Order: sequence, then C-alpha cells, then structure tokens
Amino acid sequence: MALKASELKVGDTYSERLVEDLKRTQIVQYAGSSGDYNPLHTDEMFTTQVAGYPSVFAHGMLTMGMTGRLLTNYVGDGRLTNYGVRFTNQVWPGDTLDSTATVAELREEGGEHFVDLTVSTVNQDGVEVVKGTATARIDP
Amino acid sequence: MAVDKFPVESGHIMMFARSIGDANAIYYDSDYAAGTEPGTIIAPPTFMQSSAQFDPEYFLRPKVGEAWFGSGKEATGVKREGSGGGGGSGGGGLHAEQHFEYHRQAKVGDVLKATVKPGKTWEKEGKRSGKLIFSETITEYRDQDGELVVTARGVGVRTERPVDQG
Repeated sequence: MALKASELKVGDTYSERLVEDLKRTQIVQYAGSSGDYNPLHTDEMFTTQVAGYPSVFAHGMLTMGMTGRLLTNYVGDGRLTNYGVRFTNQVWPGDTLDSTATVAELREEGGEHFVDLTVSTVNQDGVEVVKGTATARIDP
Repeated sequence: MAVDKFPVESGHIMMFARSIGDANAIYYDSDYAAGTEPGTIIAPPTFMQSSAQFDPEYFLRPKVGEAWFGSGKEATGVKREGSGGGGGSGGGGLHAEQHFEYHRQAKVGDVLKATVKPGKTWEKEGKRSGKLIFSETITEYRDQDGELVVTARGVGVRTERPVDQG
C-alpha cells in the first residue's frame, strides 16, 4: 500500500475529488469534531449581519483535513512526516473541491526514502483554496 | 492552544474522520487497524487541531454562564464598540497557514500535553481586505513520556475589513 521510490518519478500526480456541493451540515460536523464553534462557519445570521460576509464559510482546517485525506490515500497510513498549507481563498457551502498531489522530489536520508509533494486544492471555478507541501516516508 | 491533557480517543477520531469525509477504517475499526502498518487506530493528519476540545478556556466554544457572540434572537449576543472589522469581529480572525511536523503518529491511548510558544508577527497591505496583521504560534504536542509527537505551526491573520469576494 505504501509508495515505492523505485516506482515513482518527479512530476507524477495523484488526484481526488474532495467534496461535491459542500453542505452546511458537513461544516457543522467539522465544528463539532474539531471544537471550533466560531459562528463564522455555522451561524448565517451572525456571519451576514455582523461579520459582513455573504454567507457562512468552511473552516480552513476542514479543507486542510479533506486535502490530508487525499495525501494519506496516496502515501499510505502513518507515512506522513510533514504537511503544511496556506489558505489562499475561502471555501463556501456549495463548493466542489478537487485536489492534486505532485511529486516534487525523491530523496534518501539516513537509509530511508522520502517523497516531497506539492499539493493544491481548487474549487469549481479553478480558484486555488489550499496550497501546500507534504513529505512522506516511502519504501525503497 | 495550551492543553494540559489531550487524551487521544477512538470515538473522537471516528467523529473527526467522518467530519472530513474520510471513510478509512483505520480511523474507527480497531480490528482492521491491527492488521495495518501502524497496527492501531491512529489520528488523521490534522487531528491535533481538535485539542481545542480539551482547552477549558478555548474562546471559540460557548461556555456556561458566559455571553456568546453568535446569534440568538439578535444577530450577535455581544455588543462591541467599533467592531467594524471583518475577520476581526469574527473572533480570532482568519486562519492563514497551518503546518504540522509528525515525529511519530499520534494513536489511541496517547495522552498529549500541548505547550504554546509565540512566533513572529508581521503586517502586509492586502488588496481585498485592507491591512493584514499576521501572527504565528508554535504548539508542541508531547506524549505521556515527554516525547515530542507533533509540532504544529499556525499563522492567523486579522483583517481591517471583510475580505472582498470580487
């Protein structure tokens, strides 16, 4: 299940659809599991009338979490050593997100093999919402 | 956030995995997990964020006997003076970046302790939201033996006004 250095090359990609038509209920689910109950994510009245946004929007960490699912599906369970992102645009209810991981570098360190990945998640308009990097331990 | 005791629990991991749409059985089925490389139920990559559940003072959770800034009868339960800002009036601003370094996989049964160190602060002029003030925090999650499990680096941003959607 884990990736093999011998079968990978720089530029290889892996893509998944993270979510189609993101529901407000999933954002509520994430608020409940993460413990982040900021009303900006679940309280339409507060968000439109007080904060001045057109609607509630997803936690950045929900998008990072869904993007992390793509990474673990690709590199295998328990193989990530680093994962970081920048939140470049907001994610709204109704958005459909697609994500791609790309092999940036393959390297060997202390007898272990690692793959460095770039990862990008875009919405239905092709706007990037999360841009990041990850490193995973791989098999020879 | 600083947390004294963050018990990594299987029910919490199951609910967290559901909320990010991850149906991988390693997050809820201990029999399945026993046959995988990690050999046990492990935490998904972004699970450390949910340590907020175990911070008694976490400000983005309604607390007994305290006013909550979300809506009830009115659009907000807390009137603040001069809260013209965008993300700023949303309580804590917006999340700009998040990075995790995994020293090992957090797994069910771990009891982690999170300590926070402030990082850098910087400002930038944003096209869509006025002045942006960034601040970084570094959180170290250590296990019951004092060993480092995850280092998290978060960057928050406060904006002068709501981010333009144009």
